[in-house]
Amino acid sequence: MTQSEFLKLVMPFKDKVFRLAKRLLVSREEAEDATQEVLLKLWRNKSQIENYKNVEAFSMTMTKNFCLDKLKSKQSQNLKIVHSNYQDHNVALQKQIELNDSLQWVAKIIEDLPEQQKMVVQLRDIEQYDFDEIAKMLDMNPTAVRVALSRARKIIREKLTNTHNYGIK
Amino acid sequence: MVLNNIEKLLEKYENGETTLQEEAQLKDYFSQDTVAPHLEYYKAIFAYYVVNQQETFTKNVPLNTKKKINFKWLSVAAVAVLMVGIYFNLPKQDTITEADRLAYNQAKSYLSLVSQTLNKGKAQVNYLDAITKAGTQVDYLKQMESPIQRTIKK
Repeated sequence: MTQSEFLKLVMPFKDKVFRLAKRLLVSREEAEDATQEVLLKLWRNKSQIENYKNVEAFSMTMTKNFCLDKLKSKQSQNLKIVHSNYQDHNVALQKQIELNDSLQWVAKIIEDLPEQQKMVVQLRDIEQYDFDEIAKMLDMNPTAVRVALSRARKIIREKLTNTHNYGIK
Repeated sequence: MVLNNIEKLLEKYENGETTLQEEAQLKDYFSQDTVAPHLEYYKAIFAYYVVNQQETFTKNVPLNTKKKINFKWLSVAAVAVLMVGIYFNLPKQDTITEADRLAYNQAKSYLSLVSQTLNKGKAQVNYLDAITKAGTQVDYLKQMESPIQRTIKK
């Protein structure tokens, strides 16, 4: 397998790998490192790549495992990464601030979710995989995925309404 | 889109029962500028998802094509080198020429001649065996000693 063939194979899902890594690791730099690591691992084992049934699902699972390992080692080191990512929207300033504020609220709420729900939300609502694919990637059964997703969505909605209504109700 | 429909979809959405198409419908609806006021907060959620979907990985990955050393061929090469080394270090074998063979045969014939004459000489002195035979024949004289010793003891 040549370099260009590999890139052609990897291109469509490298952003998804990156976003999943970022969802779990929060920091952009950490997520970039993780993505690089995952892609390099794939490249090193390129001779076996034909044997994989679904390279994309395989790499997503790899990313999940890699990030969870990272988090585990980080917890033992007691190192905390605080990060804020700023986005730019071309909306009127007032609205922009408002929107940014709510978007950051959503980000914060998702960040507080347990790892599994975080991953499910990421894979379903952002990457739009179907349940069977997610189940395969996360080693869960589809019903469990559905339940986790439902729970996560409810928590996000509840917390967001709470912050919106804060001080009013 | 009818608001009623959206609310139904939202309920399904929260139960995790919506299909991807229905979720796309919701996303479409909440990306509008005007949304029903009691559903305003959903706008943020879906906007967040859409924004996050656009994030890309920009770091480039160094795909080095460094060739690994193939140990299979390395071992073959090692064996070859070893065999060449052994071949050159072997002690040189003497080659037997015709003159050597002649000398060997000559020496052999001389030696057999010597051993033949020696055997002949040995056969001529064989009669000396009679002396040892005679020695054994006079062994009975030793018995004469024993009565003498007996009388001494008494």
